[in-house]
Amino acid sequence: MNPYLNDFPILKEEHNGKRLVYLDNAATTQKPLSVIRAVDEYYRSSNANPHRGLYELSIRATQMYEDSRAAVREFIHAEKDCEVLFTRNASESLNLVAYSYGLNFMKEGDEIALPVSEHHSNVLPWQMVARAKGAKLVFLYPDKNGRLPQAELDKIGPKTKLVAVAHVSNVLGTVYPVEEIVRRAHKAGAVVVLDCAQSIPHYPVDVKKLDVDFAAFSGHKMLAPMGVGVLYGKEELLNQMPPFLTGGEMIESVSEQDATFAPLPQKFEAGTQNVGGAVGLAAAIDYLKQIGYDTIIKTEEELLSYALDGMAKIPHVTVYGDTRAGEQRCGVISFNVDGVHPHDVSSILDSDGVAIRAGHHCAQPLMQYLGVNATCRASLYFYNTKEDIDIFLASLKKVRGWLGLGD
Amino acid sequence: MGIENIYTQILTEHNNSSRNKHHIENPTAVLKGVNPSCGDEIELELREKDGVIEDAGFTGIGCAISQASASIMIDLIKGQTKEEALRLANLFFGMIKNEVTDESQLEDLDEAIALKDISHMPARVKCAVLGWHTLENAIHGERNPEKS
Repeated sequence: MNPYLNDFPILKEEHNGKRLVYLDNAATTQKPLSVIRAVDEYYRSSNANPHRGLYELSIRATQMYEDSRAAVREFIHAEKDCEVLFTRNASESLNLVAYSYGLNFMKEGDEIALPVSEHHSNVLPWQMVARAKGAKLVFLYPDKNGRLPQAELDKIGPKTKLVAVAHVSNVLGTVYPVEEIVRRAHKAGAVVVLDCAQSIPHYPVDVKKLDVDFAAFSGHKMLAPMGVGVLYGKEELLNQMPPFLTGGEMIESVSEQDATFAPLPQKFEAGTQNVGGAVGLAAAIDYLKQIGYDTIIKTEEELLSYALDGMAKIPHVTVYGDTRAGEQRCGVISFNVDGVHPHDVSSILDSDGVAIRAGHHCAQPLMQYLGVNATCRASLYFYNTKEDIDIFLASLKKVRGWLGLGD
Repeated sequence: MGIENIYTQILTEHNNSSRNKHHIENPTAVLKGVNPSCGDEIELELREKDGVIEDAGFTGIGCAISQASASIMIDLIKGQTKEEALRLANLFFGMIKNEVTDESQLEDLDEAIALKDISHMPARVKCAVLGWHTLENAIHGERNPEKS
């Protein structure tokens, strides 16, 4: 019995008379009771508009919001609270960097380097910058195990001004060598934008040690509510950048024709913020700290290894990327069943209570590179069990039969 | 609702058959239909003469539901007038939206009735109607954009 299962109400309930086997954790994770309660408690007893009111309740809401920022700062090892900006999600964080840094600090002929496996949220903002500024996107292509060969990393060169990279690929599960990428980028005079939405739920992210210039992630993929995300940025860079969104709460003073802006972090937090979400994120961080990344990594590695071994024994199943578990491999498994479209695989698994993702996973350039239209994706978290994997494998074995195809 | 009501013999036979999945000779209309949520696309080809659909075929990639639905549709519309094809399309949409449930009304849909239970699978409705929507658009005169 997985000891953490009890903390997740949704995983204990039956859905259509079946136990939920939730293997879509790369899309979003389930929420532990402690997070649900923290949000509930905030709205019950501390809700007010932060940074505005002069009364006790507003001061408490402000305090809880800023405490959450401090919790994030400590968790990712940032130096200062003002380097932690709250956003809606990783997509908004990456757009903030593209609009505020990209459009103002890049020029014609500059290169933006990024792996072809990036999520659309770490591709489209850079396409926008490239179009607006005449910069060029340079793609790095992984090998069949999902790793980036040295020759591809060599594309980070003198013209590179920005490298956008995911810590962990949301399709292949590869852990990319961020430290080496940062070394090469900084040598070339480029900044590094790290998308750690897929890594921070599973691996420690130390922005100081990695020395990344920006890091983006979503709360909802790490047990927190939807609608709260984070952008970390080095203070020196954030200070040079103009605001992304303008309006309430982010100003110093406003006249008819002009405005001056608040210092960090308020400069980048226009409008009333998602305090309940930030409080939930802080509760999620507390929960993750209690379990500890060592336990999370160990549990997931065992489950991944068990799942990959089981899948290797099923005929007509192809796994993309590295087919072995290991340190550089996160619990994301993209696969296809010969002759069966991923959507059919997903519907058939769903009938056995197994939730997986099917489609292009917001990574169409990678799908084109892999030469597939879509894949199935099973993604693990520490609350999954061997029994989950057994149910998944048993259902997967039956898929071709449902489509009138043989073993 | 069980999966056995979806992945029926009719569906798998059409999905695994290439009877209607091919190019046709001298098509008068060629139109691509795309399901943006999954990236699936089919291309429908029709040859029409004096208001009658003489021949039809489709190519492309997609799930069993979209492929089988397109194949069943082609069986139904071949030899029919454009008006009859549109009537069948609307009847099919009505069935999939669960607006038309009377079996005697649905009779004209013949094998397509095998897709009835998809009305209970919101995530797959788009797959079932992809071919039919493409047909509707093609009959209304829509064509693939010129390749530049």
